[in-house]
Amino acid sequence: MIFGIPGPLLFGQLLLGLINGAFYAMLSLGLAVIFGMLNIINFAHGAFFMMGAFAAWMLLQYTGIGYFPALILAPLVIGAIGVVLEKTIISRLYNLDHLYGLLLTFGMSLVIEGLFRNYYGSSGLPYQIPSVLQGATNLGFMFLPVYRGWVVVAALFVCIATWAIIEKTPLGATLRAATENASLVQAFGVDVPRVITLTFGGGIALAAFAGVLAAPIYSVNPNMGDNFINTVFAVVVIGGMGSIMGAIVSGFALGVIEGLTKVFLPQFSATVIFLVMVLVLLTMPHGFFGKRA
Amino acid sequence: MFGFSRSQQIAFLIMVALIVVCPYVLYPVFLMRVLCMALFACAFNLMVGYVGLLSFGHAAFFGMGSYIAAWTMKAWHVDAVVAIMFGGLTGAVLGVCLGYLAIRRSGIYFAMITLALAQLVYFFCNEAPFTGGEDGIQQVPRGHLFGLIDLNNDMAMYWVVVAVFLGGFLMIHRIIHSPFGQVLKAIRENEPRATSLGYRTDDYKLIAFTLSATLSGVAGGTKALVFGIATLTDVHYSTSGEVVLTTLLGGLGTVFGPTMGAVLVVTMENYLAQFGQWVTVTQGAIFVLCVLAFRRGVIGELGGKLRLAL
Repeated sequence: MIFGIPGPLLFGQLLLGLINGAFYAMLSLGLAVIFGMLNIINFAHGAFFMMGAFAAWMLLQYTGIGYFPALILAPLVIGAIGVVLEKTIISRLYNLDHLYGLLLTFGMSLVIEGLFRNYYGSSGLPYQIPSVLQGATNLGFMFLPVYRGWVVVAALFVCIATWAIIEKTPLGATLRAATENASLVQAFGVDVPRVITLTFGGGIALAAFAGVLAAPIYSVNPNMGDNFINTVFAVVVIGGMGSIMGAIVSGFALGVIEGLTKVFLPQFSATVIFLVMVLVLLTMPHGFFGKRA
Repeated sequence: MFGFSRSQQIAFLIMVALIVVCPYVLYPVFLMRVLCMALFACAFNLMVGYVGLLSFGHAAFFGMGSYIAAWTMKAWHVDAVVAIMFGGLTGAVLGVCLGYLAIRRSGIYFAMITLALAQLVYFFCNEAPFTGGEDGIQQVPRGHLFGLIDLNNDMAMYWVVVAVFLGGFLMIHRIIHSPFGQVLKAIRENEPRATSLGYRTDDYKLIAFTLSATLSGVAGGTKALVFGIATLTDVHYSTSGEVVLTTLLGGLGTVFGPTMGAVLVVTMENYLAQFGQWVTVTQGAIFVLCVLAFRRGVIGELGGKLRLAL
């Protein structure tokens, strides 16, 4: 018993919170990377997350390709779709007010989700946990389902890898420079439009990767991105889009806060992240990690 | 009067003539739905078109206005006018609260914050007992107008909706063309400059936001009376998306655009309703098309062609 709450219940909810937090972190990370480079908020991010899950399901259903190859293939395929969309549609908006990017990607999400609902319905399709990751281990204080542990580890790994690529490699340095001043970087001979396209593809691939991870936990259905994206926007407002690490930390932290709220104040569990956002707006309008404009 | 230019006067007269003639040709309930949506879009346009702030959470005001109007009607059996006023009041109170938080940021953040705050309202409505959860508030009586006229008659209800719509429409037009409205446009064009001229821009934004929220609440309340139902759909963010689409399609920052957009969007929904999810797909496609090729909207393009401000 901890704070009058049975240990397994507390740790169970904490783990659930950590898993939700992993998805918040991966999605808000992708949003932040795309926003830094393209200056648009990708409203369709949830739709690409959902497409990632569907890609894994389709690979298994139609071609028999299993979970682990899908974890690589689905982000590649969906990322490629993202690249095509950026090249053909989104790149036309760079000289316009940022709000048009929001409107355009919102429209894209409606089209994508509507099409999937048409062909696959809204009820959800099952996706089996791969046999290696089935079962649970006894940690002494609680039973840990292996797959859930795997999700947290994989998400952490991907988040830190993304952070390392952006902050520690020459490629990342180019990227950060192009975010600061695109025309100057172009003058140094860097193909900035290509960097932008690849960044968008990378952000989308990240969303799709999260989608594959989510497929066995939540049922694969066209609304799965919808449920996440509004919360992720609140996470982004709380964290501020200024820093990569900020997106990761606030994603995980808010997931845990949400999980704890489920234990202590269950009636607030759906709204706690939005309430935190209100508090942050009142005290520090630019977010925890945000840069002042 | 109301700051109409000559061409706008003519357009206004055409609109009023259509409003008078249409119920004898078309189904009045359909027209009432158009008018409620038109008022909602006009209110939304006040924010996005004249202050330059895109709210993605206007469903909160529309939906809450709808819930409160339906609830007062059902529980207290008040007059129809009182119920609609309660809807507007709800929008106003909620507008002050959410606006106070949202105007702290601008641009993309403003859109995300309003979306998140509206989501908060959505979850509240989902849990709160008075909204009836998934079922919503059903079988709301239309009641009487001033205790005299029975509004169960569709034509009587239609004229009430027309009065509410025209009242809101003229009020917005008056606001835009007042000195207050000029300051709003100044904020839209260059906020630091408006600040340097001594205007407290945050106050102006908050007042505009509250006015917009109030009229959205009125539109929601009216809608609840017309259809006798208030549900979670009204507060869901798809409704916010719908009003954005309506205004964008008609023409952001134009006087007649939102109304035109409402005619087009509601008609489209009406015809596509039988095809299930194709409504959403079509709406999304229109969004993409508008942003790529058609940013001024139907009325904006028309006005551009005729060299008139409509």
